[in-house]
Amino acid sequence: MVKITIDGRKIDAREGQTVLQAAKEAGIDIPTLCHHESLDPYGACRFCTVEVKSRGKTKLVTSCTLPVAEGQEIRTRSEKVKKTRKILAELMLARCPNSTVIRDLARKVGVNRSRFRRPPEDLATITDQEGCILCGMCVRICDDVMQVGAIGFEGRGVRRKVTNPFREPSDTCLVCGACSSVCPTRAIEHSRIRPQKPEVIPFEFEEGMSGRKPIYMEFAQAVPKVPVIDEDTCMHFRTGGCKVCEDNCSAEAIDHEMEEKIEEIEVGTIIVATGFKLYEAEKLSRYGYKAYPDVYTSLEFERLCHASGPTMGKIQTRAGKKPEAVAILHCIGSRDENHLEYCSRVCCMYSLKFAHLVREKTGAEVYNFYIDIRSPGKGYEEFYKRLLKEGVHFIRGKGTEVTDVWETEEEKGKLVVISEDTLLGVRRRVPVDMVILSLGLRPQDDADQVSHLFSIGCAQGGFFLEKHPKLAPVDTPSDGIYIAGACQGPKDIPDTVAQGAAAAASALSLMDKGKVVLEPVRAKIDEEKCCGCKLCVANCPYQAIDYNEEKKVSMVHPELCKGCGTCAAGCPSGAATQENFEDVQIFAEIEGALAE
Amino acid sequence: MTGEPFEPRLVGFLCRWCSYTGADLAGMSRMEYPPNLAPIKVMCSGRVDPTFVVKAFRDGADGVLIAGCHPGDCHYSTGNYKALRRYPLLLNLLDQFGIERERVRLEWISASEGEKFAQVVKEFTETVRALGPLCWKERVGAGAGAPGE
Repeated sequence: MVKITIDGRKIDAREGQTVLQAAKEAGIDIPTLCHHESLDPYGACRFCTVEVKSRGKTKLVTSCTLPVAEGQEIRTRSEKVKKTRKILAELMLARCPNSTVIRDLARKVGVNRSRFRRPPEDLATITDQEGCILCGMCVRICDDVMQVGAIGFEGRGVRRKVTNPFREPSDTCLVCGACSSVCPTRAIEHSRIRPQKPEVIPFEFEEGMSGRKPIYMEFAQAVPKVPVIDEDTCMHFRTGGCKVCEDNCSAEAIDHEMEEKIEEIEVGTIIVATGFKLYEAEKLSRYGYKAYPDVYTSLEFERLCHASGPTMGKIQTRAGKKPEAVAILHCIGSRDENHLEYCSRVCCMYSLKFAHLVREKTGAEVYNFYIDIRSPGKGYEEFYKRLLKEGVHFIRGKGTEVTDVWETEEEKGKLVVISEDTLLGVRRRVPVDMVILSLGLRPQDDADQVSHLFSIGCAQGGFFLEKHPKLAPVDTPSDGIYIAGACQGPKDIPDTVAQGAAAAASALSLMDKGKVVLEPVRAKIDEEKCCGCKLCVANCPYQAIDYNEEKKVSMVHPELCKGCGTCAAGCPSGAATQENFEDVQIFAEIEGALAE
Repeated sequence: MTGEPFEPRLVGFLCRWCSYTGADLAGMSRMEYPPNLAPIKVMCSGRVDPTFVVKAFRDGADGVLIAGCHPGDCHYSTGNYKALRRYPLLLNLLDQFGIERERVRLEWISASEGEKFAQVVKEFTETVRALGPLCWKERVGAGAGAPGE
């Protein structure tokens, strides 16, 4: 520890710290413009100037470059310091008379106008001449931290400025936005460096409705609750530089050297719970998803009305307007022989939930276009009845089209949902501000590979197949492998939780037993009959048959044998047989089946 | 016999994991298909020894169905491929006996394909019905020894 005094306060600073850092930690405010955790101290703006007294003499030094030393006496508010800051403010104000940041700063130190002359204007720069104070943070972060080096200084004295090399649009710039993010006066104009806007990285969890950083928390309830780094967008993985996040993490928990690794874990049972995918709204172009910004998928709308979503739970159109009318189109993709033939089971109820939330939060008119309302579940029908009383409109007829082509004044500027009302026998056109597509549920893209991996088989549609629909709903044909949730078929949260618990209990009961009961069906080889041709060795998919060189016969390892009987079928001498499925037994079955 | 349509007698060797379960599903789903096929459960289509088929013909079957899991889906990983490789050899053998190749059918029916099972049985029954009775004794001779004897 190093003992120093700042404005009469005794402070314990750490070895190697600068006075600015020590003051900041102690809560003493020293104004500065050009300090950044990831940049080396540079002393460019000189605004952090303080008065230091050592060995009886005082001098003015920039605190960002001044290392702490035992017994230092620092004054941040002395008359001398104040006078210096005033002059600095005047100089900056002369250069940037219209910058709000500089004007605010000047006002703070009591300067309203500058005595100095404005330097000659030269617009061939990447910065807005009004704002640049030539602190060089943009140049240093681009060069030293991001290791890109797309921008630099040009000229000297009053002609000094930040530019691209040769004043040409830069090819090296990666449009990462670091320069504009560090600029203290927000003076960088990106389009002058490279005519391309910094791209917003779509946040996957928010269905791309908001952006995220390359280092981010996947979602609020992520387990483990730690941020992840997206290698594709992280500047460190693009240039080898940056690591600004490491500089900011006081716990020093970020490690860019960490690599993705595959761990092999030996387990006794496996529960497959790989979930579902929402059916693609793009496949149903007549509903105008993507063509009209206010047509939402159900998952997008779920995020939109969620308190932690992109709008903090405020239901609004993309233009930020409160909707007056909202249409919910049921059975999009489901119960449709051109798409998913089955009923996705959960859409009716989540659509009703949306209807309720829209009514509650915005008071907008809600129109449900449905084929049938399917609400079989505890309290579900009651919820439907409640919505009828809340004044939600139900139009029996599948929405056929969403368009912005208006026919009446009322439809102008709105989205029009066209549908048949099968109860009234009329064609309806309903103008609304937002359209929600209640999309069906489909299996994951790799469901086939997963089912092959575990040999569990897929039912029609691609959902995993249970061993028995009634008696073994979480078991699969592969012992020790269980299925739970929407990977087995569309289901809602209560059903998924129940099935998950059942799968866990089944897995536990198998593990608790500590042993596996084998099928009484196994191969055996009669040594007397075996001719030693080794055909069975080649036939066996489990390497359960070995050739005994001494006896010149093949022998079965009963614990490895799974009892498929392929060896028995291929044995030319009839030595290999399958217990309980022996040739004579099957022959007897054939005889019995064909008996008159 | 005249007037009454010929009802073929079929034997089906169904693998326990896929096709037998598929047949079960067809039953559970109350699907209709001809009652001509007598199913025999084997652990795997790879267990089907060609002698089973010959034995069935000899004992009076007019057609034999062998059904297993879809390629890649075999519970024993490769049993159905072995069945697939034995099938052409079996057909060669039947040629030598003078038995029409259409009397043996190899099909992949998964546990979820109850409908396919019913369809296959329907089609196969009609195919064999069109071929007429096999008449093993007339063709191969009464004295021909049968496997398993």
